[in-house]
Amino acid sequence: MTEAILQVEGLRKVFGAAVAVEDVSFSLAPGGSLAIVGESGSGKTTVANMIVGLERPTAGRVVACGRDRSRPPRSARERRERGHEVQIVFQDPYSSLDPRQSPAAAVDEVLRLHTRLGAPQRRRRVEELAELVGLDKRQLAALPSRLSGGQRQRVAIARALAAEPQVLILDESVAALDVSIQAQVLNVLADVREHTGVAYLFISHDLAVVRQVSDEVVVMQGGSIVERGPTSRVLDEPEHPYTRLLRASVPTLGWRPARRLTHFSTEAR
Amino acid sequence: MSSVVTSQRLPARPRTHRWRPGLGPLGTTAAVTILAAVALAVLGPALTSADPNTSDFAKAYGAPEAGHPLGYDGQGRDLLARLLTGAGTSLLGPLWVVALSMTAGTVVAVTAAWVGGRLDSVVSAALNVVFAFPGVLLAMLVAAVFGAGLGAAVLALAVAYVPYIARLLRSAALAERRKPYIRALEVQGAGAWAICLRHLVPNILPLIAAQATLFFGYAMVDLAIISFFGLGVQPPDADWGVMVASGQSGVLQGFPAESLMAGGCIVVLVVAFNVLGERLCGPARPGVRSSPRRWRFRFGAAS
Amino acid sequence: MNALLTVTGLTVRLPLDGEPRKVLSDVSLGIGHGEAVGLVGESGSGKSMTARSIARLLPQGAQVEGEIGYAGTDVRALRGQGLRDFRSKVSMVFQDPRAHINPVRTIGDFLTEALRVNRRVSRRVADGQAVRALEEVGVADSRRRLRQFPHELSGGLLQRVMIASALLTEPRLLLADEPTTALDVTTQAEVMAILDELRRERGLALLFITHDLELAAAVCDRTMVMYAGRIMESRASALLHERPLHPYTAALTAARPSVLRRVHRLTTVPGRPVSAFEAPGGCPFAGRCAHVEDRCRERRPDLRPLAGGEVACVRAEELHQEPAVTRD
Repeated sequence: MTEAILQVEGLRKVFGAAVAVEDVSFSLAPGGSLAIVGESGSGKTTVANMIVGLERPTAGRVVACGRDRSRPPRSARERRERGHEVQIVFQDPYSSLDPRQSPAAAVDEVLRLHTRLGAPQRRRRVEELAELVGLDKRQLAALPSRLSGGQRQRVAIARALAAEPQVLILDESVAALDVSIQAQVLNVLADVREHTGVAYLFISHDLAVVRQVSDEVVVMQGGSIVERGPTSRVLDEPEHPYTRLLRASVPTLGWRPARRLTHFSTEAR
Repeated sequence: MSSVVTSQRLPARPRTHRWRPGLGPLGTTAAVTILAAVALAVLGPALTSADPNTSDFAKAYGAPEAGHPLGYDGQGRDLLARLLTGAGTSLLGPLWVVALSMTAGTVVAVTAAWVGGRLDSVVSAALNVVFAFPGVLLAMLVAAVFGAGLGAAVLALAVAYVPYIARLLRSAALAERRKPYIRALEVQGAGAWAICLRHLVPNILPLIAAQATLFFGYAMVDLAIISFFGLGVQPPDADWGVMVASGQSGVLQGFPAESLMAGGCIVVLVVAFNVLGERLCGPARPGVRSSPRRWRFRFGAAS
Repeated sequence: MNALLTVTGLTVRLPLDGEPRKVLSDVSLGIGHGEAVGLVGESGSGKSMTARSIARLLPQGAQVEGEIGYAGTDVRALRGQGLRDFRSKVSMVFQDPRAHINPVRTIGDFLTEALRVNRRVSRRVADGQAVRALEEVGVADSRRRLRQFPHELSGGLLQRVMIASALLTEPRLLLADEPTTALDVTTQAEVMAILDELRRERGLALLFITHDLELAAAVCDRTMVMYAGRIMESRASALLHERPLHPYTAALTAARPSVLRRVHRLTTVPGRPVSAFEAPGGCPFAGRCAHVEDRCRERRPDLRPLAGGEVACVRAEELHQEPAVTRD
């Protein structure tokens, strides 16, 4: 395997008395696609927040593009450099854009932050990025309130890509979209990876989506990784009981959902 | 075949709330009243030939006559001229109070919300301490110690308003700060200043504007009270608060015109600012109370 | 099968931006005794509005046309006691249980309120019934649960409480509006298992509303697909899933990634789902359909019988002859 573009070692996060993430390690190859699968409370989003620097790890290391990012950046330059390395797209399409800013302005702002391009070059770059994610001119100029959920998520993806990151974290980014729109965005993500060589860290609870977009997968439960491996192997022949349970909970035709009474006591808060 | 077609947690699609002031007839009346008062204050001196500070004791409490449509006060000064010049100070004072307290309040609120952690706790605690002092009393105390005058009163009142404004804006700023678009900018590496000035503050601006309108009304009442007690605008300068006070003796002698007219102007404008402020607040934002209601009644009654 | 519930020509307009806008357009459906019917659609399809219309829970200012009949009574004409009786026979379960339970009252208060107030049952008897109802939906330690507050319970547990409360009035029909959408997949499986069991044991009819075609197909006898406030297709779940009659159903199935295999590219539908008031004349799906012809845009296709189901597509016969439109 080539040098990892993103490496996470022994990551741990404690909120008060609760351990949200415990000893999480994984690495992502350049241009690769790794999925973190888990249910609510599994710690998958906390891992993402620690990687992008929105949460500070209690212990452990995050290394992206060979640089340690476990501590807050010391200078504005270091902060911007980190922006070049890892970007993130969040779940909620309705609050992921500034309501007062058109998509073109949002992408342009990122270009001004990271590049020294002049206005005409930036405009051309904005158009390129828009084409990559499938937004037309009219949508580029519209305010977010005029755009649908799928279009907003495309804008969020374009804005993240404007920083030319090596890693893009997608934190349930297609989960809130309608089926027909979700398929469009998943295809856009496949195109983007093909054209830019960006690596994906895909955070999801949806095994079907995970199968479609990832090469490798780690399964998290209660803050820890319980299983990892190539996506097809983990989904076709899950080894850990929890992965098996997840897999069995996916409804299919002739699916007989099963009651597990033993689970109830653990579920209560 | 496969499973869950969309999410486990579908975020509720927010109702499409386009920013429409939607003033309604009452709100429009309020806005027109305020605009008219501003126009009168600006054009005031040009509208009457009488001088507001020239006394003619022979005409004390004199009835209206040609060229002096509202008559005279106890010192024989033209009432219309005094009301019009008074409009200037009565509007300019609150304007300064609002400008100062809104700026300070926004800075405090956004800083506390952005930095969070210990600073936020300290700021919140400090605000609660200032809260304990009623604004008017604080202002009067400052005026009594540092000398009476509009400047001192304005400054003291502005300080007294900051906690109310800061507390309200802090919760709005905090809600905004947690939104994904702000967090995405942080991940991009944008600086805190840039994010706050270009994104966070502009997005809470409608709330700031609405609050400024409401507090303009409160400031007007409070400055009038301070002037009434002789600690604000100093006679012989015309001011509605001063006029209510100096008209007192006239009330006892059966000439209530001065106090009534000045008081009426205050009441009409304060109501107009309140109505407009409430309308601008628009659909009630959950978790954000539009105004410190109790406090308004406590002091609003004084006019 | 004689129908328990019949809806005929239901059209609903809601005031949006001060104007009445159509959200349901000529919806007709029937649910038999003990039958489980799935109602599937994307956002704006009108699936929730259909359930709300049946339960008489439409917002103020709604304009309703058409007929809703439950066991021979005209639901739209019900008032007072009649309406209360109807609601005890037709219960509803919502997506977000937390929004429908008073956070400052205990679970016990919530479950027994209707019994104590409407049926004048004593506290002790009502508690007993609540405990039994909780046990039936698989809530262990149910006596203790009665004393707990909603915030002490997880989402999955709270949704079970909602189902228990819906069952207390011994309904004949349960309207379940995305009851598992806010839950984790493993919890979803359990809640679905409970609904499925209850339905079989009690002969309860179920209208199951979801955006998830596969989930509906897995637990319902029959599935209806809605688009832009209209029913596009209604068919036995297995048939609908394997060989959809309507191009929209086929598109939905093809757009959804599969947990079993990866495809090179997902088949997408251009554009976005529309609401009834945004839909073009003719077939509402015409603008996004891969099989569209001029005649599709001329008039709205009615729902008509075909291959053991019903479909609203003028080209359904010819498309049905072609090799299966699904990807498998």
